[in-house]
Amino acid sequence: MGELKLMKGNEAVAEAMIREGVDGYFGYPITPQSEVIEYLTTEEPHKRTGMVVLQAESELAAINMLYGAAGTGKKVATSSSSPGISLKQEGISYIAGSELPCVIINVVRGGPGLGTIQPSQADYFQATKGGGHGDYHLYVLAPSSVQEMADFVEDAFEMAFKYRTPVMILSDGVIGQMMEKVELKPQKKRLTDAEVIKKYGSWATVGRVGGRERNIITSLDLDSHKMEAHNIHLQSKYEQMKKEDVRYEELQTEDAEYIIVAYGSSARISQKVIQLARKDGIKLGVLRPITLFPFPEKPIQELAKRVKGFLAVEMSAGQMVEDVKLAVNGKVKVEHYGRNGGIVPTPGEVYEALKQKIIGG
Amino acid sequence: MTEEIIIAGFGGQGVLSMGKILAYSGIMQDQEVSWMPSYGPEMRGGTANVTVILSDERISSPILTEFDTAIILNQQSMDKFEKGVKKGGLLLYDPNGIIHHPTRTDIDIYTINGAELAAEMGNPKIFNMIVLGAFLKIKPIVKLDNVIKGLKKSLPERYHNLIPLNQSAIEKGMQMVKAK
Amino acid sequence: MEIKDIIKPENLVYQKTKMMTDNTLSYCPGCGHGTTHRLVMEVVEELGIVEDTIGIAPVGCSVLAYEFMNVDMTQAAHGRAPAVATGIIRTWPDKIVFTYQGDGDLAAIGTSETIHACNRGENIVIIFVNNGIYGMTGGQMAPTTLPGMKSSTTPYGRDVALMGNPLKITELVAQLPGTYFVTRHAVHSPAHVRKTKKAIKKAFQNVIDKKGTQFIEVVSNCNSGWKMTPVKSNEWMVENMFPFYPLGDMKVDGKIVKDLH
Repeated sequence: MGELKLMKGNEAVAEAMIREGVDGYFGYPITPQSEVIEYLTTEEPHKRTGMVVLQAESELAAINMLYGAAGTGKKVATSSSSPGISLKQEGISYIAGSELPCVIINVVRGGPGLGTIQPSQADYFQATKGGGHGDYHLYVLAPSSVQEMADFVEDAFEMAFKYRTPVMILSDGVIGQMMEKVELKPQKKRLTDAEVIKKYGSWATVGRVGGRERNIITSLDLDSHKMEAHNIHLQSKYEQMKKEDVRYEELQTEDAEYIIVAYGSSARISQKVIQLARKDGIKLGVLRPITLFPFPEKPIQELAKRVKGFLAVEMSAGQMVEDVKLAVNGKVKVEHYGRNGGIVPTPGEVYEALKQKIIGG
Repeated sequence: MTEEIIIAGFGGQGVLSMGKILAYSGIMQDQEVSWMPSYGPEMRGGTANVTVILSDERISSPILTEFDTAIILNQQSMDKFEKGVKKGGLLLYDPNGIIHHPTRTDIDIYTINGAELAAEMGNPKIFNMIVLGAFLKIKPIVKLDNVIKGLKKSLPERYHNLIPLNQSAIEKGMQMVKAK
Repeated sequence: MEIKDIIKPENLVYQKTKMMTDNTLSYCPGCGHGTTHRLVMEVVEELGIVEDTIGIAPVGCSVLAYEFMNVDMTQAAHGRAPAVATGIIRTWPDKIVFTYQGDGDLAAIGTSETIHACNRGENIVIIFVNNGIYGMTGGQMAPTTLPGMKSSTTPYGRDVALMGNPLKITELVAQLPGTYFVTRHAVHSPAHVRKTKKAIKKAFQNVIDKKGTQFIEVVSNCNSGWKMTPVKSNEWMVENMFPFYPLGDMKVDGKIVKDLH
């Protein structure tokens, strides 16, 4: 067993970055995720592993520092919360267009605008449907515990480099601020510069080592035919993700007549609803998407063949529910229950919504 | 075993750190734990509260409206959380500064004069440990030696010399807790 | 004598640097960008740093700089080149990183990144081509457009009461502790080209020696945007741009050498 610690989600993701052998973190403070950069600057990872940590002058600068470093094949990450992630969208679009690997952590708070600092899941559309301009997706992982905040750092980088694509860890204020027991992985070695050049030198801008042809990182092509081909190539990566890297968890779905679909902290709340419902003899299960893009369509399609209805529970006015509806495709009833603006629904009110909207309705 | 606890009071009373020590103590005896604070500007001198759950099983929701135990350290928190104690549950509070005392009859109510005792012991900072001791006397959900191990884990090493003082504060709380 | 008798190695008097590609420049004939590109690339070749050099192209006329400069390059979002350069130099502190930016990119949308990279003293070279106009998008007002100067968004001349004053960002960054060498040049005559190249070479050498931020402004013409012939635009530049943006060193070896007010 690895080292056991009691940590906040924000601290766990920061420590996991150090242990993953990340080369650089560029960030800007914003509640409720400032502990990420505070933890990193306190830990001084440049002394532990040589990892660079820099507080940028803005989210715009931070995401573009990430873009620059990611283009050199280094393992880099940034974190922010909703309004800051909105600012980063231009850079994220460039990173997706230029096919660069990196990890972006969003500890979501309520919006729109400056909104609130309390937890929310209202950035689902932004995270899964693109977010910035152009046709692209991020690979999106949704942790529902502090342990997953730590574990998903490694998974995120694996996907980022497998697909040469930006990966988002879509967390929220609950998971970021909550402390739980977390088992930390042993320290990985950072790649040396020579190893980075050997592994990624075919595309990364590290200088024309050995006099090779120049490498260019760009998302620009004024030739529309080339740009269309590039878009088709990007889409093929997203199709591959759908085939190979969908992740989800099913809880007590074997005999379930009703299903709650929920991710992140809503999935935790929904687990409690299983207990409440089963006490009353209602066979409830939870399907928890772990990847929000690619979305677990197939398991939902399978469940739709044998259950009576789905309730999508999310801290938003109803975003993920659209993907649930697309998967269920009219076979059975799909409804949404959510709270907005930083209110976290209680298990009791979710249970009531289930009874009213799905079971009784 | 699952124990769902809310600890609520003023920022600066050590509410969050009491919860943290309790959570660490749970880890020391191989339990699952969660610690979910209120956060944001309201913490700066205002009210602070934390939900702590210790369980032998995987913890579901870290945010709750009903609790097995409420540890209440100011009036605002009394107003907010008295009603959230489950039937048959525990409400432990420090009467210092409380004007409207709890009125429920379907729960167990205990008091601990934490602020007063901490002043007597000459260190207001051990207030939260006195209250923790009082709680553990009523509900010994974690063993004292696991609390000490938890303290060692959650305190930076330079403060480890304060552990005996904290221990005597916990013991003081255990002695002085009273049923209302 | 026929032309083939002249084209022989022994008659070679000038050769284009191999650090420039053979792609046809996308700049208008008479524009200063081509010369400035060449100078930067000649310096990279002469210093023997091609295996360690990474350039950042901006948004603006020189967005396609990576088509012409034969070094590894990253194309940055509008104004963000100094942040992109920061990300690279922080994770590869021994590399040679430069940005190549125009006035709109560096002194309008990217002012924050420019000032903060300079203030942190990132060990990079910033090449700043100032032609007082947005060339790429068709000649709109730039932060450096002179008072009274016409552009497609100041068709009656820049009214400073309405549009604000031109920004002398080079004078501004010279005052920041992170900058080491700050200088202003031009490329409209052979003598000026030689001086500019000397400055660029010094800047790259300073980065090799890890001295901090090197900031080189090249005041240039935009004959298309200014709606003049190349020759006329250079004359106009000398008469109008140079009095407002005087050439010369502002900061050398970390010391301010000129009254900046």
